[in-house]
Amino acid sequence: MSFSSAGYQLQPVLPELVLAVGAMVLLMIGAYRGQGTTRLVTALAICLLVLTGVLELWLPAGKLVTFGGSFIVDDFARFLKVLALIASAATLILSTEYLSQPSSRNFEFSILVLLSTLGMMVLISAGDLISLYLGLELMSLALYVVAASQRDNAKSSEAGLKYFVLGALSSGMLLYGASLIYGFTGTVSFAGIAAAATTGSIGIVFGLVFLLAGLCFKVSAVPFHMWTPDVYEGAPTPVTAFFASAPKVAALAVFTRATLTAFPGIVTQWQQILVFVAIASMALGSFAAIGQTNIKRLMAYSSIGHMGFALVGLASGTVEGAQGVLIYIAIYVAMTLGSFSIILAMKRNGQALEQISDFAGLSRTNPLLAFIFAMLLFSLAGVPPLAGFFGKWYVFVAAIKANLFTLAVIGVLTSVVGAFYYLSIVKVMYFDQPLGKLDPVRVELRTVLAVAGIFNIFYFAYPGPLVSVATAAAKSLF
Amino acid sequence: MTTWPILSVTTFLPAVGAILVYLLARGGDETASRTARWIALWTTLITFAISLILVARFDPASTDFQFVEKASWLATGISYHMGVDGISLPLIILTTAIMPLCIIASWKSVTQRVGEYMMAFLILETLMVGTFSALDLVLFYLFFEGGLIPMFLIIGVWGGPRRVYASFKFFLYTFLGSVLMLLAIMALYWNAGTTDIPTLMHTAVPRSMQTWAWLAFFASFAVKMPMWPVHTWLPDAHVEAPTAGSVILAAILLKMGGYGFLRFSLPMFPLASHDFAPFVFTLSVIAIIYTSLVAMMQEDMKKLIAYSSVAHMGFVTMGIFAVTTQGVAGGMFQMVSHGIVSGALFLCVGVVYDRMHTREIAAYGGLVNRMPLYALTFMVFTMANVGLPGTSGFVGEFMTLLGTFKISLPTAFFATTGVILSACYALWLYRKVVFGALVKPSLMSIKDLTFRECVTLFPLIALTILFGVYPKPVLDMSAASVQQLVNNYQTAVTAVKAAALTVQ
Repeated sequence: MSFSSAGYQLQPVLPELVLAVGAMVLLMIGAYRGQGTTRLVTALAICLLVLTGVLELWLPAGKLVTFGGSFIVDDFARFLKVLALIASAATLILSTEYLSQPSSRNFEFSILVLLSTLGMMVLISAGDLISLYLGLELMSLALYVVAASQRDNAKSSEAGLKYFVLGALSSGMLLYGASLIYGFTGTVSFAGIAAAATTGSIGIVFGLVFLLAGLCFKVSAVPFHMWTPDVYEGAPTPVTAFFASAPKVAALAVFTRATLTAFPGIVTQWQQILVFVAIASMALGSFAAIGQTNIKRLMAYSSIGHMGFALVGLASGTVEGAQGVLIYIAIYVAMTLGSFSIILAMKRNGQALEQISDFAGLSRTNPLLAFIFAMLLFSLAGVPPLAGFFGKWYVFVAAIKANLFTLAVIGVLTSVVGAFYYLSIVKVMYFDQPLGKLDPVRVELRTVLAVAGIFNIFYFAYPGPLVSVATAAAKSLF
Repeated sequence: MTTWPILSVTTFLPAVGAILVYLLARGGDETASRTARWIALWTTLITFAISLILVARFDPASTDFQFVEKASWLATGISYHMGVDGISLPLIILTTAIMPLCIIASWKSVTQRVGEYMMAFLILETLMVGTFSALDLVLFYLFFEGGLIPMFLIIGVWGGPRRVYASFKFFLYTFLGSVLMLLAIMALYWNAGTTDIPTLMHTAVPRSMQTWAWLAFFASFAVKMPMWPVHTWLPDAHVEAPTAGSVILAAILLKMGGYGFLRFSLPMFPLASHDFAPFVFTLSVIAIIYTSLVAMMQEDMKKLIAYSSVAHMGFVTMGIFAVTTQGVAGGMFQMVSHGIVSGALFLCVGVVYDRMHTREIAAYGGLVNRMPLYALTFMVFTMANVGLPGTSGFVGEFMTLLGTFKISLPTAFFATTGVILSACYALWLYRKVVFGALVKPSLMSIKDLTFRECVTLFPLIALTILFGVYPKPVLDMSAASVQQLVNNYQTAVTAVKAAALTVQ
């Protein structure tokens, strides 16, 4: 089977085409049939994401390249695209309740998520700076709107605006960096840049710094993290869950691909930047989270810290490092989705609860929920035998192999500080006096929670498959 | 020989018991609590019985790992590898033997959230047995660190008034030490390409790496042991933990530190161990003398015993790092003996605490008048704690001192003063609590040991005295492994010395 347009193979982009066309069709359904179709559109959107995932896996194996090298489908892309699709689909499942409320009933939400996911897929497959920017902007533009989707809520609007202004700034920096790199290497394709950038000339390094700044903004790494706590807190909770999962996958993906395939010749130059960013993110994520009282804000700092840990793997610049990033992000997505499904389940008398003190005595009123959340928190802290530990194992083992001892030592020490605030939540749930029973947890939340919880607790029993898939994916970059 | 994975069964049976408790003991009513207690008791008893099969089939003459199980797990070089030798088996038996006693000790004193309590203990047992039987560093780390979670909850949920502080301190202290060890594990992984413990024992580690790796492992085990000056989490954790939690903490969790030194530090980093031995001796001696003095000033019974634990662990580290046959075997024996004696002492405190709900020494006095049986029991363990000949405490302390004497006279000299000091605080405690006139009105109606308490304490008395006069079973079990450990260490150290001489 082969079909092409203007001489380019279209088969590698088939999943993206299906997703794009599907999103348009759903938009038409919504536009012509009105807000009553929200449920239907959401359900179809989830099916569409599943279909896209299946198509992605159905593509022929090996490395597929099209559009003159702008678009690459390799094992790396497959792994992360499927992960991003899973994360997007899970957030749509988690938003079912939110979308059924009269005040927030808009079918556009699902479509924006689809378009954003489309952007992520392009981003993950990006083989040059142009498709990188295209994917990044498609992803981000949809995210800006989603963040502000609760129009009547001042906090939500603020979140959207803040994200947009800062995001635009970071896009500008990224573009500036890209133009410098183009100017000094004469090409935008990663392979071409890799061939040209064998020595760290000042111009290329300058462009690289700006490029990395833009990417750091997207993964919310320090010092470009300022938007994260406000946006996480202000945006509706399902949107926060989305922000914390799928876009992070895509942004880390392009981060990894850009650094490892476009600048393998100047590893020492970008390694020092990443070491600094990783240390700063881990430290800030650990220390700043201690004082938080709002669980969503806390998750924001937690995600900053986790991006720092993921970047530890990347900083090593080796195939083990890339493998570590992949395993880390997969486990991170599972932990995050599980945690957010619990935050979404925190409702008493129809009132959503976001304060950490609201979790008091949860182990008495909802023992199973509290147990799973406690295990997720221990996992986020990186305590074995939970999944989070294995994520940390793979990134730090890569850092040790690359002789980044300072980074590794600081990293594990900040993880101890981080453990403090995760433990504080466990303490509130287990040691404090109960406040009263929660409302019954909805089925879709329970489903996501069960999958995330089981993965998280029992990952140690059967870690092989994820590791081997991630290894293959990491090798495809080198 | 064996067709079924006996070691894995011993390890994971308690976890199965925990799942059973979850499934069968639902709801917070009295029936559910009773079911939970019985399931936990039977699980621990069966586990103990199975571990006795291990003893029966164990070949003490062999220096190899026995009951070995191996399966692929995480990646190449990181596998599910279990096995025991003479160093780990006594500690496994100690664990499985103490567990049923803990369950019985908690029978009446724990009334809140019994199901969860039993589940936490059963999971903890799985993790402890796993720690001692893991033959892969990552697997070991998994069990070793995983134990923090149930213990954190046990202290925090069922503990005393300052339980939150104590549980956090316990968790963070131990976690901090262990993450550094994790990095050293990674470095070893890249050095040898595997985390398989038997392979690593025969892999030479470069000298400079030995130093760093030794320090990283030391950070973890010194906290766990605990050694002065990183012992401060222990008194807090002991005081706030429920009785059975204290017993587990003193009897088994502390032994993980000593086990770590024997399993990793000495065989894998012999040169660094040799270099650091004076450092360890110093810390051990300070621990023995300083914490004994601190113990004398305590007003809380549990805190006193906690400080005495630190002092007794000082003997263990001293003996281990002397790396003589007597020293290591003595350290090994002292760990088992301390497990029995300190566990029993905490049970003794629990007995009066359940009646009076205070652990203040000043609140007691003259108990012998109303509790003769208790007075006798408490006396046996106090004497064992002091190290009176005829009790197991004597054998351990004597052997470690003997072993150290050959290596470092000053260390042995100063450590011996600890024996005198331990007599001071232990006898002082005993006199304040048990002797004297029974004048306090609150104590007038206190009852002697119940049948249930006798069941928990009497087996421990029997063991204390048995091992005091006939320590052979424990020593024989570990003799071959200890000998091999010492020989390998001496070979490595002499080789380097000889090389240094040739260079000169």
